[in-house]
Amino acid sequence: MSISFTSGSELLSMCSKSNVKIFEIMLAREVYLSQKSKDSIISEMQENLSVMKRAIERGLTEDIRSVSGLTGGDAKKLRYYHEKGQTVAGQELNKAVAAAMAVLEVNGAMGQIVAAPTAGSSGILPGAIITTAERFGKTDEDVINALFTASAVGYLITNNATVAGAEGGCQAETGAAAAMAASAIVEMLGGTPAQALDAAAISIKNILGLVCDPIAGLVEAPCIKRNAIGTTNALISADLALAGITSIIPFDEVVEAMLKVGKSLPCELRETGTGGLAETPTGRQIRERIFGDI
Amino acid sequence: MDYSVFDIIGPRMVGPSSSHTAGAARLGKVARRISGNDVAQVTFTLYGSFAKTYKGHGTDRALLAGIMGMEPDDPNLSSSLELARSAGLVYEFVISDAEPPHPNTVKMMITGSGGKKTEVVGSSIGGGNIKVVQLNGLAIEFTGEYPTLVIRHLDRPGVIGDVTGLMGQFNINIAFMRVFRHSKGQDAFMILETDNVIPKKVVSQVRALSDEIKDVYLIEAM
Repeated sequence: MSISFTSGSELLSMCSKSNVKIFEIMLAREVYLSQKSKDSIISEMQENLSVMKRAIERGLTEDIRSVSGLTGGDAKKLRYYHEKGQTVAGQELNKAVAAAMAVLEVNGAMGQIVAAPTAGSSGILPGAIITTAERFGKTDEDVINALFTASAVGYLITNNATVAGAEGGCQAETGAAAAMAASAIVEMLGGTPAQALDAAAISIKNILGLVCDPIAGLVEAPCIKRNAIGTTNALISADLALAGITSIIPFDEVVEAMLKVGKSLPCELRETGTGGLAETPTGRQIRERIFGDI
Repeated sequence: MDYSVFDIIGPRMVGPSSSHTAGAARLGKVARRISGNDVAQVTFTLYGSFAKTYKGHGTDRALLAGIMGMEPDDPNLSSSLELARSAGLVYEFVISDAEPPHPNTVKMMITGSGGKKTEVVGSSIGGGNIKVVQLNGLAIEFTGEYPTLVIRHLDRPGVIGDVTGLMGQFNINIAFMRVFRHSKGQDAFMILETDNVIPKKVVSQVRALSDEIKDVYLIEAM
C-alpha cells in the first residue's frame, strides 16, 4: 500500500485515522519506498544509533583536537564541570549539551558521525535523545522508534523547505535538528503526534533567522556551540509541548516561514564564511592563520 | 521527492564536512573504479574552495582514502596519508588557482602499476553528492547516484546497440544514457546509469561483446 505524506497536517490526519504514532507511519513509508524488510531498515537505524553513541563516548573521554587545531576538548570540560554537581542550568541539561558538543568535536577531528540532518548539526539529535532516553530508562528500541519520528519531521522540513545552511542559514540546520529531536522526545515520552509537531514548530520558531557564519568556513565555530544551544532548544521545546502548550503558528506554516526567512538572508550569512562571526577581526585572523593568504 | 529516512538521518560519515570530506572521498573512490582499481601513483590538483580550504576539512586525506578504496565513513580515512605511504602509493597534491566549473573541484591523474594513465575530473556538489565531469580530457557527466557503467569504446556503428541489447537481456532498465567522443570514429565513452543493480558478470559480458569495446568499469550506486 502506498504511504505518502507531504505536510505535517497530512501526517497528523494519517496518525489519527489509523490511531498510530508518527514513527509507525514513517517506518511503514520506508518499507514501501525501499521495498526492504522492516527488520533490515530497523537494523540499519540501529547501526546509525551505534555510531552516534560511539561519537558521544569518544568526545567525552578522548583528547579531541580538530584538524585545523581550532576546536576540541570543550565537551570534556563541560562533562567534568557538570559531574562535580553544581551547574546553573541543571545537571541533566548540561549532560545532554556535553554529549551534543562531543559529537561535533569528533566531527571536526575527522571522526565518524551520522549526519542528522547535516554534519554541522549532527550533535543535537544524539545529544538530546540518547541522554533523555537514559534518564527515563528507555530501551534502544524506544530510541530507534524516536529516530523514525525525528526523520519524519526532518523529511517534512527537507521536502518543504531546506536543511542546508547554504540555502537557509543555521536556522535550517540546527533548527531542523532541534525540531527533529524535540518531536522524537515528545513521542518517546508518550506525547501525541500533535504535541510532537508542536514541539518541532516551537524549536524552529525559537531560532528563526539564525545565520550560518562559520569561522574560516569550517564546521567548527560557532557550530559546536550552536549544537549546544540547539540541544537546549530541543529539550525545552519538548517540555513545553508535553506540558500541553501548543504552537500558535502550526508546524507547516513555521516551516514555510523558515524557508522564506532563509531565502531573504544575504549570501554572506549562508555558509560562505564571509559574514557574521567569520568577518569579525578575530574571525579573519583565524582564517588567515589556518589557510594563509590563498 | 521520495527522501529515505536515511537521507535524513545519515549518511554515516567521517567529518567534518559532507561536501569537503565525504564528497571528496566519493570522488576518489569513483576515480579508483575508473582506473580499474589499479592506482600506483596519483596527482590531485585542487581547484576553488577545495584549493583554499582543504587543510581544515581534511579534503586531502579524504581524496586519498577514496583512491585507496575507502568509503566516506571509514574510520581509517583520517590516517590515509600514513596508510598510503606504508602501502607504497605515491601521491601528490597540487594547488591551482584556475577557475573551476564548480567551487569544489579536483583533477585526479592516476598512473596504474603497468603505466596506464587515467585522468578524472569531478566536483563535490553538496551534501556528499558528486558529479564526474571529465574523463581522459573528454567532457562527460554522471553522479554515481545510480549503478553506472562507464564503457570506453571505438566510435563505430552498432556498438551502442550491442550494449543496450545486453542490458535488456539482463532485464536492467537504463535510467540515463549518454555517449561522448573525441572525434568521429575515434575513442569514445558510453555512460549508462541504471535503475537495477548491475551484476559483475554483466561487466565481463559487455567486454566480450566486440573488439570495439576497450574498457568497462562498474561504479556501484553511492
